[in-house]
Amino acid sequence: MKVEQIAIFLENKSGRLAEITQILAENGINIRALSLADTADFGILRLLVNDIQKAEAVLKAHNFTVGRTQVCVVETPDKPGGLAKVLQVIKEAELNVEYMYAFAQRSGATGIIIFRFDDLDIAITALMKAGMRVLSGAEVYAI
Amino acid sequence: MIWNEEYETLPREEIRVLQLSRLQAIIERVYTLVPYYRAKMDEVGVKPSHIKALQNIRLLPFTTKEDLRKNYPFGLFTVPMDQVVRVHASSGTTGQPTVVGYTKRDIRTWAELMARTLTAAGARKGDIIHNAYGYGLFTGGLGAHYGAENLGATVVPISGGNSKRQITIMRDFGSTVLLSTPSYALNLADTMVEMGVDPKSLALHTGVFGAEPWSENMRLEIQKKLNIKAIDIYGLSEIIGPGVASECAAAQSGLHIFEDHFLPEIVHPETFEPLAPGEKGELVFTTLTKEAFPVIRYRTKDFSRLRYEPCVCGRTCVRMEKVTGRSDDMLIIRGVNVFPSQVEHVLVSIEGVEPHYMIVVDREGTLDTLEIQVEVSEHIFSDEVKQLETLGKKIRADIKDLLGVSCTVKLVEPKTIKRSEGKAQRVIDKRKI
Repeated sequence: MKVEQIAIFLENKSGRLAEITQILAENGINIRALSLADTADFGILRLLVNDIQKAEAVLKAHNFTVGRTQVCVVETPDKPGGLAKVLQVIKEAELNVEYMYAFAQRSGATGIIIFRFDDLDIAITALMKAGMRVLSGAEVYAI
Repeated sequence: MIWNEEYETLPREEIRVLQLSRLQAIIERVYTLVPYYRAKMDEVGVKPSHIKALQNIRLLPFTTKEDLRKNYPFGLFTVPMDQVVRVHASSGTTGQPTVVGYTKRDIRTWAELMARTLTAAGARKGDIIHNAYGYGLFTGGLGAHYGAENLGATVVPISGGNSKRQITIMRDFGSTVLLSTPSYALNLADTMVEMGVDPKSLALHTGVFGAEPWSENMRLEIQKKLNIKAIDIYGLSEIIGPGVASECAAAQSGLHIFEDHFLPEIVHPETFEPLAPGEKGELVFTTLTKEAFPVIRYRTKDFSRLRYEPCVCGRTCVRMEKVTGRSDDMLIIRGVNVFPSQVEHVLVSIEGVEPHYMIVVDREGTLDTLEIQVEVSEHIFSDEVKQLETLGKKIRADIKDLLGVSCTVKLVEPKTIKRSEGKAQRVIDKRKI
């Protein structure tokens, strides 16, 4: 139930993000979800894509530093309190969230939340025990 | 005014006679007492008896920082330790630090030379000398201190740091002479403005600046901002510390080398052949009177030229031009000596960091800045901001610990630092010195 994400190191320079999305577009790679962490000096772009191998290869070929990490993707009803319920489980299980990002899939249908945990296995077990729907890689890439 | 009229204005012919007899004595001394010097001289087949004229000094091997390191800590001392009353040391961040020693007489010589320096700069008995050179293993603080006391001035041994307090004391004590690095003098000038202290309201009339290279423009800026006369001095711990050479207030044109104690040469930085007077090359010194730690033909790696013509101040000793560069890649950042190899050493020793880096030195306002750009390779990359920031902090802390200078670290994308085809270019120095 772990999902692979790619992360890319970016200096804070204009046009870098455009360059990455252009490379992915030219190679027919579809972005499923995206988050950009920024500091004063650099940024880290995190992507869920439909073809992770290819995305990694083409970005590396363009001299980007690319890393792969595993994340946990939770689907929750897209209504008030949906996210709160998931976070309540995380709080009770005393899980440490490194970072998270979320998006609504289709209005009124489901919300997708992507978590990076210290210990992914414990987190997934706890979430599933609490009845949360944790998506597999195949499900995520096919969104 | 001249502190030691007799020696500082000796006719040139007499200087040469004095230098030769002192050179012969010092060569005899190191040959007899220091196995390392004897071995080096035997290797090239030179005996002290071969030194019959001053130019015979060229027969002798050079001494380098490497030689000093090999003999760490006291291997080149020519007296037993019970005659060494003080040691100083360089920061020594790669390999061994270099340690220098002084007998009682050496300390007196040094105090004499610094009294000459301060007098040449325009300081007198009755001046209040604010000594902001660092006290400690560094030779600057104590070297200047003893000279100022010898001069009969009042010394305020404030050492470096805490600029606001420095200024308060300068104002309250009525300090008249400032001793510091030139960049720190500019820093003090700016801090005065911040504090609402008008530099012109202070009693300062002279600044004696050394320990780092500085330009004529910087001199003009300091003189204007602090309303003082800014004097350049030169020295290095391997020779004695500050007090090797000093500008005179009368000419402010070239630094008089105290030739009764030091014999200067200028050599080609690659062939090491002697260069004619007026030609620019690497400055080499032989100490003529040091007891505990004489050095023979020490290669300073500093570039300068020598001018033998008489000076308006009346001193006859040769003048060296303001040091304009070095024959190695050493950087002087806020008075601290930094070699690019030291930075590389720090980066390599942090696990996973490949040494694709660039050192960018600049001057912001009055202070030197050091930025280290490090390419983020896959080994060190993390998708977590925290991890990358920790890496930056670790590099910063290690540089500070090992090199004694603070820096900023900029993580950059791979392949953005220019790869050179020959010798790696690791340094961009944007300062205009």
